Amino acid sequence: MTTVLTTPATADRERTRSAARSRARARKRLRAAGVNGLGVLVALVTLFPIFWMISTAFKPTQEIFSLTPHLLPAHPTLGNFRQVISGKVTGGIGGVWLFFRNSITVTLATVLIASLIALLASVAVARFRFRLRTSFLIMLLIVQMIPGQALIIALFQDFGKLNLTNDLTGLIVVYSAQALPVTIWMLRNFVATIPKELEEAAAIDGATSTKIFWRILMPLVAPGLVATSIFAFITAYNEFIVALTFLGQTHQDYTLPIYVQYFYTRGGGEWGPIMAASAMYTVPVMIFFLIVRRRLVGGLVAGAVKG
Amino acid sequence: MAETIQHEPAVLPGPKPSKWQRVRVGLATFIRRYKLAPYLMLLPALAGIGFVILWPLVQMGIFSFQNYGIPQIDGSMPISWVGFANFTNTFRDPEFWLSLRISVLFALVAVPGTLIVGTIVGLLLNRLGKKMSAFVSTSALLAWATPTVTASVLFFWMFNPDGGLVDWTLARMPHWLVGNTDWATYNWATTSAIPAYTMIALLVIWQAFPFVAITVLAGLKTIPSEVSEAARVDGASPWRVFWRITFPLLKPIYLVLLLLSVIWDFGIFTQSYLITGGIANANEFNLSLYIYAKAFTFPPSWGLGGALALILALILLVVTFGYVRASVKQGALT
Repeated sequence: MTTVLTTPATADRERTRSAARSRARARKRLRAAGVNGLGVLVALVTLFPIFWMISTAFKPTQEIFSLTPHLLPAHPTLGNFRQVISGKVTGGIGGVWLFFRNSITVTLATVLIASLIALLASVAVARFRFRLRTSFLIMLLIVQMIPGQALIIALFQDFGKLNLTNDLTGLIVVYSAQALPVTIWMLRNFVATIPKELEEAAAIDGATSTKIFWRILMPLVAPGLVATSIFAFITAYNEFIVALTFLGQTHQDYTLPIYVQYFYTRGGGEWGPIMAASAMYTVPVMIFFLIVRRRLVGGLVAGAVKG
Repeated sequence: MAETIQHEPAVLPGPKPSKWQRVRVGLATFIRRYKLAPYLMLLPALAGIGFVILWPLVQMGIFSFQNYGIPQIDGSMPISWVGFANFTNTFRDPEFWLSLRISVLFALVAVPGTLIVGTIVGLLLNRLGKKMSAFVSTSALLAWATPTVTASVLFFWMFNPDGGLVDWTLARMPHWLVGNTDWATYNWATTSAIPAYTMIALLVIWQAFPFVAITVLAGLKTIPSEVSEAARVDGASPWRVFWRITFPLLKPIYLVLLLLSVIWDFGIFTQSYLITGGIANANEFNLSLYIYAKAFTFPPSWGLGGALALILALILLVVTFGYVRASVKQGALT
């Protein structure tokens, strides 16, 4: 085209441009739809096992073993839960509340003990420079990688000698110590973010170190403590091999994971009650995690990205 | 803290300090003079870790050179040193090599599986809008929050030949897609090690990908969006953008994720214990189950168990060494 700008040509170009723009917009929208669709798919696949557990827990036996499984129970029943709570089931060793109480006792004690000890240690590591500091930190990194199954024989022997197997106390001691490396490691980062000047100012005003610890450091580090104590919580609430080995046949001391395991191996494939018990074990912790979600993700990432 | 308080407590005129007070002040001065505060604060942690992790590890090392069997456990015969006999016996046992092979192969499948799925979901979360991203990450969080025992029991039920969903679905798929196996009665858990560990790999990926996804997402947020946008404007495919820009920038994070996943997946116990039938099914032992079986089935041998635990710990230590180095390089010790 050699002529100067003519009206039809401009209009034409304008038209092609707007067509290109709308095509780009359509492509963008299509891509957004694709990405969103993929997101929904990932979420559904991820949630499906959990959904299936809860659905099975509400199904009567004949529906569980029906030849064509249905996603939702056709005749939802609380019978499975009733059986689990009363403990009157095949392979039952008592109502589920007993094991709930055991698990909660062990978990709360572990969280308290591990948090307190870890707080002391993390303040030491974050606030002081001393000779063995680096060695201690490297020791933490190595120690957190040693799996329970490499130590279980010696632990069983040691705690047996102390009469602490067949007892919740033994579990509390083991879990508290096992939770320490990661808890200290994560808490250290939180303590390091608190400006030292606050403590120094308090010291100049004549506060004792105990007072500084409780009045100044504690309130500031408390949110971090909540985030890191989640790790101790997971350790104690989920731990399997030590509880399995220590508790043996002491049914009344079983924690929830060992109870679910026992029930599952002795329950003779009664999937309704087994899934009801699993759901009762799992759903509270899921609700808890949803509540602390924000802090959890922050703490997790801080722990992972920084090492 | 303690060392920042430089001034001595003022001596006030008045009632003479009691004996207890004097002891306290004396102790505080002593701690301050020798800078003992950090050590005292570490003491409880060191005691706990020492008693529950370090000392048992030393004991396992000692057991591995002893003939620690039933007569020694019940005390009817003295313990004696046997040199490397436990190790040579272990290396001669075909079950050991089988279990080691299962552990290695399992890690070779589960680790890349977890990292790939986690990366894809992480990249996806980065592209999604706020609400969708919250929805997907919440569902991932729920999978991650599911206790291992529940997850194992649940997967066992879903893969159960008697009423399980997976076999039912596979049995209704066309043969050209799923082969000629009689899926309706297929027993994933006990047929052989391959289906059992396929199921465990799916379970492990399901539980572990959220952690990878969230970590990768956190890493992606640190990359300025201009970088990958510029590459995309220049016509680079998403695949190229990932391998040429994103991955190199996130390499330190991937290194840590890789090493952590290897350590977690190589030694899995709970999942394999629950799914392959405890310590009754020697054909499907991985290294952890093999150790447990040697130590706690009749006749128990703590010597062999110790030797095996030491082997497992050494393998993991090699990986851990890489992990520690990567962490130190990232400035984790400052």
